[in-house]
Amino acid sequence: MPAIDTGSTAWMLGSTALVLFMTPGLALFYAGMVRRKNVLSTTMHSFFAMGLVSVIWAVLGYTLAFGPDVGGVIGGLKHLGFDGVLGTVSGTGTAAIPTSVFAMYQGMFAIITVGLITGAVAERMKFKAYVIFAASWAVLVYSPLAHWVWGGGWLMKLGALDFAGGTVVHIASAAAALAAAIVLGKRKGYGTDELRPHNIPMSVLGAGILWFGWFGFNAGSALASGHLAGSAFMATHLAAAAGLLAWNLAEVMTEGKPTVLGAASGAVAGLVGITPAAGFVGPVPALAIGAIVGCLCFFGLRLKSRFGLDDALDVVGVHGVGGTTGAILTGVFASLTVNSAGANGLLAGGGFALLGKQLIGVAATIVFSFTVSFIILKLLDATMGIRVSDDVEVAGLDIAEHAETGYEL
Amino acid sequence: MKKIEAVIKPHKLDEVKEALQALGVAGMTAYDVKGYGRQKGHTEVYRGSEYTIDFVPKTKIEVIVDDDLAPRVEQAIVDAARTGKIGDGKVFTYDAEGAIRIRTGERGSDAL
Repeated sequence: MPAIDTGSTAWMLGSTALVLFMTPGLALFYAGMVRRKNVLSTTMHSFFAMGLVSVIWAVLGYTLAFGPDVGGVIGGLKHLGFDGVLGTVSGTGTAAIPTSVFAMYQGMFAIITVGLITGAVAERMKFKAYVIFAASWAVLVYSPLAHWVWGGGWLMKLGALDFAGGTVVHIASAAAALAAAIVLGKRKGYGTDELRPHNIPMSVLGAGILWFGWFGFNAGSALASGHLAGSAFMATHLAAAAGLLAWNLAEVMTEGKPTVLGAASGAVAGLVGITPAAGFVGPVPALAIGAIVGCLCFFGLRLKSRFGLDDALDVVGVHGVGGTTGAILTGVFASLTVNSAGANGLLAGGGFALLGKQLIGVAATIVFSFTVSFIILKLLDATMGIRVSDDVEVAGLDIAEHAETGYEL
Repeated sequence: MKKIEAVIKPHKLDEVKEALQALGVAGMTAYDVKGYGRQKGHTEVYRGSEYTIDFVPKTKIEVIVDDDLAPRVEQAIVDAARTGKIGDGKVFTYDAEGAIRIRTGERGSDAL
Protein backbone atom coordinates (compact mmCIF):
# COMPACT_ATOMS: atom_id res chain seq x y z
CA MET A 1 0.00 0.00 0.00
CA PRO A 2 1.18 3.59 -0.67
CA ALA A 3 2.96 5.31 2.22
CA ILE A 4 1.07 7.61 4.55
CA ASP A 5 2.14 10.05 7.25
CA THR A 6 1.35 8.44 10.56
CA GLY A 7 1.22 11.72 12.54
CA SER A 8 -1.27 13.26 10.16
CA THR A 9 -3.28 10.06 10.00
CA ALA A 10 -3.47 9.93 13.80
CA TRP A 11 -4.67 13.53 14.00
CA MET A 12 -7.26 13.03 11.27
CA LEU A 13 -8.63 9.87 12.91
CA GLY A 14 -9.04 11.89 16.11
CA SER A 15 -10.53 14.85 14.24
CA THR A 16 -13.05 12.58 12.55
CA ALA A 17 -14.29 11.34 15.92
CA LEU A 18 -14.34 14.92 17.25
CA VAL A 19 -16.56 16.10 14.41
CA LEU A 20 -18.95 13.19 14.93
CA PHE A 21 -19.22 14.16 18.61
CA MET A 22 -20.46 17.61 17.60
CA THR A 23 -23.77 16.13 16.46
CA PRO A 24 -24.90 14.79 19.85
CA GLY A 25 -23.59 18.11 21.21
CA LEU A 26 -25.88 19.88 18.79
CA ALA A 27 -28.74 17.62 19.87
CA LEU A 28 -28.28 18.79 23.47
CA PHE A 29 -27.79 22.42 22.44
CA TYR A 30 -31.05 22.44 20.49
CA ALA A 31 -33.06 20.17 22.79
CA GLY A 32 -32.46 22.43 25.79
CA MET A 33 -34.00 25.33 23.92
CA VAL A 34 -37.36 23.72 23.14
CA ARG A 35 -40.25 23.03 25.48
CA ARG A 36 -39.96 19.83 27.40
CA LYS A 37 -42.74 18.10 25.48
CA ASN A 38 -40.51 18.26 22.38
CA VAL A 39 -37.13 17.44 23.93
CA LEU A 40 -36.95 13.97 22.34
CA SER A 41 -38.25 15.04 18.96
CA THR A 42 -35.55 17.70 18.78
CA THR A 43 -32.82 15.36 20.06
CA MET A 44 -33.85 12.76 17.50
CA HIS A 45 -33.48 15.14 14.55
CA SER A 46 -29.74 15.36 15.14
CA PHE A 47 -29.08 11.88 16.50
CA PHE A 48 -31.02 10.15 13.74
CA ALA A 49 -28.93 12.03 11.16
CA MET A 50 -25.90 10.12 12.49
CA GLY A 51 -27.51 6.95 11.14
CA LEU A 52 -29.26 8.25 8.08
CA VAL A 53 -26.61 10.55 6.61
CA SER A 54 -23.79 8.06 7.31
CA VAL A 55 -25.48 5.41 5.18
CA ILE A 56 -26.28 7.91 2.42
CA TRP A 57 -22.70 9.18 2.52
CA ALA A 58 -21.25 5.71 2.08
CA VAL A 59 -23.59 4.73 -0.72
CA LEU A 60 -23.85 7.92 -2.77
CA GLY A 61 -22.94 11.15 -0.99
CA TYR A 62 -19.18 10.73 -0.90
CA THR A 63 -18.79 10.01 -4.58
CA LEU A 64 -21.07 12.90 -5.59
CA ALA A 65 -18.88 15.22 -3.50
CA PHE A 66 -15.41 13.78 -4.08
CA GLY A 67 -15.70 11.60 -7.15
CA PRO A 68 -14.01 12.69 -10.41
CA ASP A 69 -15.17 16.21 -11.31
CA VAL A 70 -18.00 16.46 -13.83
CA GLY A 71 -18.26 19.98 -15.26
CA GLY A 72 -17.28 21.65 -11.99
CA VAL A 73 -20.70 20.97 -10.47
CA ILE A 74 -20.74 17.38 -9.21
CA GLY A 75 -18.54 14.39 -8.54
CA GLY A 76 -18.80 11.31 -10.74
CA LEU A 77 -20.00 7.89 -9.58
CA LYS A 78 -16.58 6.23 -9.34
CA HIS A 79 -16.76 5.77 -5.55
CA LEU A 80 -20.32 4.44 -5.18
CA GLY A 81 -20.44 2.48 -1.93
CA PHE A 82 -16.93 3.79 -1.09
CA ASP A 83 -15.64 1.75 -4.03
CA GLY A 84 -11.94 2.32 -4.61
CA VAL A 85 -11.45 4.12 -1.32
CA LEU A 86 -9.60 1.46 0.67
CA GLY A 87 -5.89 1.17 0.10
CA THR A 88 -5.55 4.58 -1.58
CA VAL A 89 -4.02 7.78 -0.29
CA SER A 90 -5.37 11.32 -0.02
CA GLY A 91 -2.89 14.21 0.09
CA THR A 92 0.86 14.14 -0.42
CA GLY A 93 4.03 14.26 1.67
CA THR A 94 3.36 14.91 5.35
CA ALA A 95 -0.33 15.35 4.47
CA ALA A 96 -0.68 11.84 3.05
CA ILE A 97 -3.48 10.04 4.87
CA PRO A 98 -5.58 7.01 3.95
CA THR A 99 -8.50 7.98 1.75
CA SER A 100 -10.70 5.95 4.10
CA VAL A 101 -9.92 8.49 6.84
CA PHE A 102 -10.59 11.42 4.50
CA ALA A 103 -13.91 9.90 3.41
CA MET A 104 -15.07 9.32 7.00
CA TYR A 105 -13.92 12.78 8.07
CA GLN A 106 -15.94 14.43 5.32
CA GLY A 107 -18.95 12.26 6.13
CA MET A 108 -19.10 13.67 9.66
CA PHE A 109 -19.52 17.14 8.14
CA ALA A 110 -22.50 15.99 6.12
CA ILE A 111 -24.15 14.65 9.29
CA ILE A 112 -23.85 17.82 11.35
CA THR A 113 -24.88 20.06 8.46
CA VAL A 114 -28.19 18.20 8.21
CA GLY A 115 -28.49 18.40 12.00
CA LEU A 116 -27.99 22.16 11.99
CA ILE A 117 -31.02 22.73 9.76
CA THR A 118 -33.32 21.12 12.30
CA GLY A 119 -33.23 24.12 14.63
CA ALA A 120 -35.66 25.78 12.25
CA VAL A 121 -38.16 22.92 12.10
CA ALA A 122 -38.28 22.22 15.85
CA GLU A 123 -41.54 21.50 17.61
CA ARG A 124 -43.74 21.09 14.54
CA MET A 125 -42.31 18.95 11.71
CA LYS A 126 -43.52 15.42 11.03
CA PHE A 127 -40.68 13.00 11.68
CA LYS A 128 -41.38 10.97 8.54
CA ALA A 129 -41.22 14.12 6.42
CA TYR A 130 -38.02 15.15 8.16
CA VAL A 131 -36.35 11.84 7.31
CA ILE A 132 -37.18 12.15 3.61
CA PHE A 133 -36.14 15.80 3.58
CA ALA A 134 -32.84 15.06 5.34
CA ALA A 135 -31.99 12.23 2.95
CA SER A 136 -32.88 14.29 -0.13
CA TRP A 137 -31.00 17.31 1.14
CA ALA A 138 -27.82 15.37 1.88
CA VAL A 139 -27.75 14.09 -1.71
CA LEU A 140 -29.15 17.04 -3.66
CA VAL A 141 -27.69 19.98 -1.72
CA TYR A 142 -24.82 18.95 0.54
CA SER A 143 -22.87 16.73 -1.85
CA PRO A 144 -22.89 19.19 -4.77
CA LEU A 145 -21.90 22.07 -2.47
CA ALA A 146 -19.07 20.08 -0.92
CA HIS A 147 -17.93 19.31 -4.45
CA TRP A 148 -18.03 22.96 -5.52
CA VAL A 149 -15.92 24.09 -2.58
CA TRP A 150 -13.67 21.14 -1.67
CA GLY A 151 -14.09 18.48 -4.35
CA GLY A 152 -12.52 20.35 -7.26
CA GLY A 153 -15.70 22.14 -8.34
CA TRP A 154 -16.15 25.64 -9.71
CA LEU A 155 -15.89 27.59 -6.45
CA MET A 156 -12.62 25.88 -5.64
CA LYS A 157 -11.30 26.74 -9.11
CA LEU A 158 -12.54 30.31 -8.72
CA GLY A 159 -10.37 30.68 -5.61
CA ALA A 160 -13.08 31.33 -3.02
CA LEU A 161 -11.71 30.37 0.40
CA ASP A 162 -13.70 28.25 2.81
CA PHE A 163 -11.37 26.51 5.20
CA ALA A 164 -13.78 24.38 7.19
CA GLY A 165 -17.27 24.95 5.86
CA GLY A 166 -18.56 28.47 6.37
CA THR A 167 -20.47 28.16 3.12
CA VAL A 168 -20.92 24.39 2.74
CA VAL A 169 -21.98 23.82 6.33
CA HIS A 170 -23.22 27.01 7.96
CA ILE A 171 -24.60 29.14 5.15
CA ALA A 172 -26.05 26.09 3.39
CA SER A 173 -27.83 24.86 6.52
CA ALA A 174 -29.10 28.36 7.31
CA ALA A 175 -30.51 28.86 3.81
CA ALA A 176 -32.27 25.50 4.10
CA ALA A 177 -33.50 26.52 7.55
CA LEU A 178 -34.96 29.69 6.09
CA ALA A 179 -36.81 27.69 3.44
CA ALA A 180 -38.09 25.31 6.11
CA ALA A 181 -39.30 28.13 8.36
CA ILE A 182 -41.21 29.62 5.42
CA VAL A 183 -42.80 26.37 4.23
CA LEU A 184 -43.61 25.05 7.72
CA GLY A 185 -45.01 28.29 9.12
CA LYS A 186 -44.93 29.50 12.69
CA ARG A 187 -45.37 27.32 15.72
CA LYS A 188 -48.77 27.54 17.43
CA GLY A 189 -48.59 30.29 19.99
CA TYR A 190 -45.65 32.03 18.34
CA GLY A 191 -45.62 35.60 19.61
CA THR A 192 -48.29 34.98 22.25
CA ASP A 193 -47.34 31.92 24.30
CA GLU A 194 -44.19 31.33 26.28
CA LEU A 195 -42.04 29.32 23.87
CA ARG A 196 -39.18 29.31 26.35
CA PRO A 197 -36.14 27.03 26.60
CA HIS A 198 -36.87 24.23 29.06
CA ASN A 199 -33.32 23.27 30.07
CA ILE A 200 -30.55 25.84 29.72
CA PRO A 201 -27.86 23.67 31.39
CA MET A 202 -28.52 21.07 28.66
CA SER A 203 -27.94 23.74 26.01
CA VAL A 204 -24.76 24.91 27.71
CA LEU A 205 -23.41 21.36 27.85
CA GLY A 206 -24.26 21.01 24.18
CA ALA A 207 -22.45 24.24 23.34
CA GLY A 208 -19.41 23.02 25.28
CA ILE A 209 -19.38 19.77 23.30
CA LEU A 210 -19.69 21.75 20.08
CA TRP A 211 -16.73 23.93 21.08
CA PHE A 212 -14.68 20.80 21.88
CA GLY A 213 -15.64 19.07 18.65
CA TRP A 214 -14.98 22.20 16.63
CA PHE A 215 -11.24 21.67 17.08
CA GLY A 216 -11.61 18.58 14.92
CA PHE A 217 -13.85 20.47 12.53
CA ASN A 218 -11.50 23.43 11.98
CA ALA A 219 -8.01 22.25 12.91
CA GLY A 220 -8.82 18.94 11.23
CA SER A 221 -9.65 20.81 8.05
CA ALA A 222 -5.91 21.25 7.58
CA LEU A 223 -6.27 17.58 6.56
CA ALA A 224 -2.87 17.00 8.20
CA SER A 225 -1.07 17.51 11.46
CA GLY A 226 1.35 20.44 11.59
CA HIS A 227 1.63 24.22 11.60
CA LEU A 228 -1.63 24.83 9.78
CA ALA A 229 -3.62 22.60 12.13
CA GLY A 230 -2.00 24.44 15.03
CA SER A 231 -2.87 27.90 13.75
CA ALA A 232 -6.41 26.84 12.88
CA PHE A 233 -6.79 25.40 16.39
CA MET A 234 -5.62 28.69 17.90
CA ALA A 235 -7.87 30.82 15.70
CA THR A 236 -10.85 28.59 16.47
CA HIS A 237 -10.45 28.80 20.21
CA LEU A 238 -9.82 32.55 20.27
CA ALA A 239 -12.85 33.30 18.10
CA ALA A 240 -15.09 31.22 20.37
CA ALA A 241 -13.77 33.05 23.43
CA ALA A 242 -14.20 36.48 21.84
CA GLY A 243 -17.70 35.57 20.64
CA LEU A 244 -18.74 34.55 24.15
CA LEU A 245 -17.45 37.80 25.66
CA ALA A 246 -18.90 39.97 22.88
CA TRP A 247 -22.39 38.49 23.19
CA ASN A 248 -22.46 38.88 26.97
CA LEU A 249 -21.06 42.41 26.74
CA ALA A 250 -23.71 43.37 24.19
CA GLU A 251 -26.36 41.95 26.53
CA VAL A 252 -25.08 43.89 29.50
CA MET A 253 -25.04 47.11 27.49
CA THR A 254 -28.56 46.65 26.12
CA GLU A 255 -30.55 44.50 28.53
CA GLY A 256 -28.53 44.70 31.70
CA LYS A 257 -27.84 41.03 32.48
CA PRO A 258 -25.33 38.59 31.00
CA THR A 259 -27.40 35.47 30.25
CA VAL A 260 -26.03 31.93 30.31
CA LEU A 261 -27.76 31.03 27.05
CA GLY A 262 -26.15 34.19 25.66
CA ALA A 263 -22.69 33.00 26.68
CA ALA A 264 -23.32 29.66 24.98
CA SER A 265 -24.79 31.30 21.89
CA GLY A 266 -21.91 33.78 21.67
CA ALA A 267 -19.32 31.01 21.76
CA VAL A 268 -21.15 29.12 19.01
CA ALA A 269 -21.47 32.31 16.95
CA GLY A 270 -17.73 32.92 17.27
CA LEU A 271 -17.05 29.33 16.17
CA VAL A 272 -19.35 29.69 13.17
CA GLY A 273 -17.69 32.95 12.19
CA ILE A 274 -14.16 31.58 12.31
CA THR A 275 -15.01 28.39 10.39
CA PRO A 276 -14.28 29.68 6.86
CA ALA A 277 -11.28 31.70 8.07
CA ALA A 278 -9.67 29.34 10.58
CA GLY A 279 -6.75 28.28 8.36
CA PHE A 280 -6.15 31.66 6.77
CA VAL A 281 -5.94 34.14 9.65
CA GLY A 282 -3.72 34.76 12.67
CA PRO A 283 -4.74 35.17 16.31
CA VAL A 284 -5.67 38.86 16.33
CA PRO A 285 -7.96 38.66 13.28
CA ALA A 286 -9.48 35.55 14.88
CA LEU A 287 -10.31 37.55 18.01
CA ALA A 288 -11.78 40.29 15.82
CA ILE A 289 -13.87 37.84 13.80
CA GLY A 290 -15.23 36.20 16.98
CA ALA A 291 -16.11 39.54 18.54
CA ILE A 292 -17.70 40.99 15.39
CA VAL A 293 -19.77 37.88 14.71
CA GLY A 294 -20.82 37.58 18.37
CA CYS A 295 -22.12 41.16 18.34
CA LEU A 296 -23.78 40.90 14.93
CA CYS A 297 -25.62 37.69 15.80
CA PHE A 298 -26.83 39.19 19.08
CA PHE A 299 -28.15 42.35 17.50
CA GLY A 300 -29.50 40.39 14.55
CA LEU A 301 -31.61 38.22 16.84
CA ARG A 302 -33.07 41.29 18.52
CA LEU A 303 -34.56 42.20 15.15
CA LYS A 304 -35.84 38.66 14.55
CA SER A 305 -39.43 39.33 15.63
CA ARG A 306 -39.79 41.96 12.88
CA PHE A 307 -39.44 39.37 10.17
CA GLY A 308 -42.42 37.30 11.28
CA LEU A 309 -40.66 34.02 10.52
CA ASP A 310 -40.40 31.30 13.15
CA ASP A 311 -36.84 30.02 12.79
CA ALA A 312 -37.34 28.35 16.15
CA LEU A 313 -33.76 27.95 17.34
CA ASP A 314 -32.15 30.72 15.28
CA VAL A 315 -30.31 28.76 12.60
CA VAL A 316 -30.47 31.77 10.30
CA GLY A 317 -29.63 34.21 13.08
CA VAL A 318 -26.52 32.33 14.21
CA HIS A 319 -25.31 30.11 11.34
CA GLY A 320 -26.58 32.29 8.50
CA VAL A 321 -25.47 35.64 9.88
CA GLY A 322 -22.32 34.17 11.44
CA GLY A 323 -21.35 32.08 8.42
CA THR A 324 -21.90 34.93 5.97
CA THR A 325 -20.01 37.42 8.11
CA GLY A 326 -17.16 34.95 8.58
CA ALA A 327 -16.94 34.26 4.84
CA ILE A 328 -16.80 37.98 4.09
CA LEU A 329 -14.28 38.66 6.87
CA THR A 330 -12.11 35.88 5.43
CA GLY A 331 -11.84 38.13 2.38
CA VAL A 332 -10.76 40.92 4.71
CA PHE A 333 -8.30 39.19 7.05
CA ALA A 334 -6.87 36.22 5.08
CA SER A 335 -3.10 36.33 4.82
CA LEU A 336 -0.57 34.32 2.82
CA THR A 337 1.82 34.53 5.79
CA VAL A 338 -0.55 32.24 7.70
CA ASN A 339 -1.28 29.86 4.85
CA SER A 340 0.60 30.01 1.58
CA ALA A 341 -2.15 28.00 -0.10
CA GLY A 342 -4.67 30.73 0.71
CA ALA A 343 -4.74 34.30 -0.51
CA ASN A 344 -4.28 37.83 0.77
CA GLY A 345 -7.46 39.59 1.86
CA LEU A 346 -8.21 43.28 1.89
CA LEU A 347 -6.16 44.11 4.99
CA ALA A 348 -3.23 41.93 3.92
CA GLY A 349 -2.83 43.96 0.75
CA GLY A 350 -4.74 41.65 -1.57
CA GLY A 351 -7.28 44.27 -2.58
CA PHE A 352 -10.91 43.40 -3.24
CA ALA A 353 -10.28 40.35 -5.41
CA LEU A 354 -10.69 37.76 -2.66
CA LEU A 355 -13.60 39.64 -1.11
CA GLY A 356 -15.40 39.48 -4.43
CA LYS A 357 -14.85 35.72 -4.71
CA GLN A 358 -16.07 35.25 -1.16
CA LEU A 359 -19.29 37.12 -1.97
CA ILE A 360 -19.83 34.95 -5.04
CA GLY A 361 -19.38 31.84 -2.87
CA VAL A 362 -21.85 33.12 -0.28
CA ALA A 363 -24.46 34.15 -2.85
CA ALA A 364 -24.19 30.92 -4.84
CA THR A 365 -24.57 28.83 -1.67
CA ILE A 366 -27.60 30.75 -0.44
CA VAL A 367 -29.39 30.66 -3.79
CA PHE A 368 -28.66 26.99 -4.45
CA SER A 369 -29.44 25.66 -0.97
CA PHE A 370 -32.53 27.83 -0.50
CA THR A 371 -34.01 26.98 -3.90
CA VAL A 372 -33.48 23.23 -3.76
CA SER A 373 -34.58 23.04 -0.11
CA PHE A 374 -37.71 25.04 -0.87
CA ILE A 375 -38.64 22.75 -3.77
CA ILE A 376 -38.06 19.56 -1.74
CA LEU A 377 -40.14 20.88 1.15
CA LYS A 378 -42.98 22.08 -1.10
CA LEU A 379 -43.10 18.70 -2.84
CA LEU A 380 -43.21 16.88 0.49
CA ASP A 381 -45.85 19.24 1.80
CA ALA A 382 -48.05 18.67 -1.27
CA THR A 383 -47.72 14.89 -1.09
CA MET A 384 -47.42 13.72 2.52
CA GLY A 385 -47.66 16.96 4.52
CA ILE A 386 -44.70 18.14 6.55
CA ARG A 387 -46.41 19.59 9.59
CA VAL A 388 -47.98 17.68 12.46
CA SER A 389 -51.66 18.23 13.26
CA ASP A 390 -52.69 20.91 15.76
CA ASP A 391 -53.51 18.42 18.50
CA VAL A 392 -50.12 16.71 18.14
CA GLU A 393 -48.38 20.07 18.28
CA VAL A 394 -50.23 21.01 21.45
CA ALA A 395 -49.60 17.65 23.13
CA GLY A 396 -45.95 17.66 22.05
CA LEU A 397 -44.20 15.66 19.36
CA ASP A 398 -42.44 13.27 21.76
CA ILE A 399 -45.55 11.27 22.56
CA ALA A 400 -47.20 11.44 19.15
CA GLU A 401 -44.15 10.86 16.95
CA HIS A 402 -41.93 8.71 19.16
CA ALA A 403 -44.24 7.22 21.85
CA GLU A 404 -41.92 8.40 24.62
CA THR A 405 -41.56 11.26 27.06
CA GLY A 406 -38.24 12.82 27.93
CA TYR A 407 -38.79 13.18 31.66
CA GLU A 408 -40.69 11.48 34.44
CA LEU A 409 -40.58 14.18 37.08
CA MET B 1 -63.03 21.71 62.12
CA LYS B 2 -61.49 24.24 59.80
CA LYS B 3 -59.51 23.76 56.61
CA ILE B 4 -56.75 26.31 56.30
CA GLU B 5 -55.07 26.80 52.96
CA ALA B 6 -52.14 29.09 52.40
CA VAL B 7 -50.21 30.10 49.31
CA ILE B 8 -46.69 31.00 50.41
CA LYS B 9 -43.23 31.62 49.05
CA PRO B 10 -41.59 28.23 48.43
CA HIS B 11 -38.55 28.96 50.62
CA LYS B 12 -40.84 29.67 53.60
CA LEU B 13 -42.27 26.14 53.69
CA ASP B 14 -39.90 24.81 56.33
CA GLU B 15 -40.47 27.72 58.68
CA VAL B 16 -44.25 27.40 58.32
CA LYS B 17 -44.05 23.64 58.92
CA GLU B 18 -41.99 24.13 62.09
CA ALA B 19 -44.36 26.82 63.38
CA LEU B 20 -47.35 24.51 62.90
CA GLN B 21 -45.57 21.55 64.47
CA ALA B 22 -44.88 23.78 67.49
CA LEU B 23 -48.65 24.36 67.77
CA GLY B 24 -49.28 20.60 67.69
CA VAL B 25 -50.77 20.44 64.20
CA ALA B 26 -50.40 16.77 63.32
CA GLY B 27 -50.16 16.81 59.55
CA MET B 28 -49.99 18.92 56.45
CA THR B 29 -50.23 18.63 52.68
CA ALA B 30 -47.95 20.82 50.57
CA TYR B 31 -47.52 21.10 46.85
CA ASP B 32 -45.80 23.28 44.29
CA VAL B 33 -48.14 25.56 42.39
CA LYS B 34 -47.87 28.56 40.15
CA GLY B 35 -50.11 31.59 40.15
CA TYR B 36 -50.31 35.30 40.36
CA GLY B 37 -51.92 37.96 42.49
CA ARG B 38 -51.07 41.59 42.81
CA GLN B 39 -47.40 40.67 42.49
CA LYS B 40 -47.96 39.76 38.83
CA GLY B 41 -45.11 38.03 37.01
CA HIS B 42 -41.64 38.88 35.90
CA THR B 43 -39.70 39.18 32.64
CA GLU B 44 -37.17 36.68 31.29
CA VAL B 45 -34.93 37.27 28.27
CA TYR B 46 -33.73 34.48 25.96
CA ARG B 47 -31.51 35.47 23.03
CA GLY B 48 -32.94 38.95 23.03
CA SER B 49 -36.58 37.85 23.13
CA GLU B 50 -38.46 38.99 26.21
CA TYR B 51 -40.97 36.68 27.78
CA THR B 52 -43.43 37.91 30.41
CA ILE B 53 -43.91 35.15 32.92
CA ASP B 54 -47.35 35.71 34.48
CA PHE B 55 -47.29 32.73 36.78
CA VAL B 56 -44.94 32.82 39.72
CA PRO B 57 -43.85 29.61 41.48
CA LYS B 58 -45.46 29.27 44.93
CA THR B 59 -46.07 26.55 47.47
CA LYS B 60 -49.58 25.76 48.65
CA ILE B 61 -50.22 24.10 51.99
CA GLU B 62 -53.39 22.62 53.45
CA VAL B 63 -54.09 21.71 57.05
CA ILE B 64 -57.29 20.64 58.84
CA VAL B 65 -57.49 21.63 62.50
CA ASP B 66 -60.00 21.93 65.34
CA ASP B 67 -62.01 25.14 65.42
CA ASP B 68 -60.36 26.49 68.56
CA LEU B 69 -56.85 26.00 67.13
CA ALA B 70 -57.63 27.65 63.77
CA PRO B 71 -56.96 31.32 64.71
CA ARG B 72 -53.57 30.43 66.17
CA VAL B 73 -52.69 28.37 63.06
CA GLU B 74 -53.67 31.25 60.79
CA GLN B 75 -51.49 33.61 62.81
CA ALA B 76 -48.57 31.20 62.93
CA ILE B 77 -48.61 30.83 59.13
CA VAL B 78 -48.76 34.59 58.68
CA ASP B 79 -45.87 35.14 61.10
CA ALA B 80 -43.69 32.40 59.63
CA ALA B 81 -44.32 33.16 55.97
CA ARG B 82 -44.01 36.93 56.09
CA THR B 83 -40.99 38.62 54.52
CA GLY B 84 -42.68 42.01 54.20
CA LYS B 85 -42.10 42.06 50.46
CA ILE B 86 -44.71 41.77 47.74
CA GLY B 87 -45.63 38.17 46.93
CA ASP B 88 -45.73 36.77 50.48
CA GLY B 89 -49.03 35.04 49.68
CA LYS B 90 -52.43 34.56 51.31
CA VAL B 91 -54.20 32.41 53.91
CA PHE B 92 -57.74 31.11 53.39
CA THR B 93 -59.93 29.42 56.02
CA TYR B 94 -62.99 27.24 55.36
CA ASP B 95 -65.35 25.11 57.38
CA ALA B 96 -64.49 21.42 57.07
CA GLU B 97 -67.47 19.04 57.39
CA GLY B 98 -65.75 15.79 58.07
CA ALA B 99 -62.60 13.73 58.31
CA ILE B 100 -61.98 9.98 58.35
CA ARG B 101 -58.76 8.15 59.11
CA ILE B 102 -58.86 5.41 56.48
CA ARG B 103 -56.88 2.81 58.48
CA THR B 104 -59.06 2.86 61.58
CA GLY B 105 -62.29 4.47 60.45
CA GLU B 106 -62.04 7.15 63.16
CA ARG B 107 -64.07 10.24 62.35
CA GLY B 108 -64.00 13.97 63.04
CA SER B 109 -61.33 15.45 65.31
CA ASP B 110 -60.10 11.97 66.27
CA ALA B 111 -59.05 11.45 62.66
CA LEU B 112 -56.77 14.48 62.56
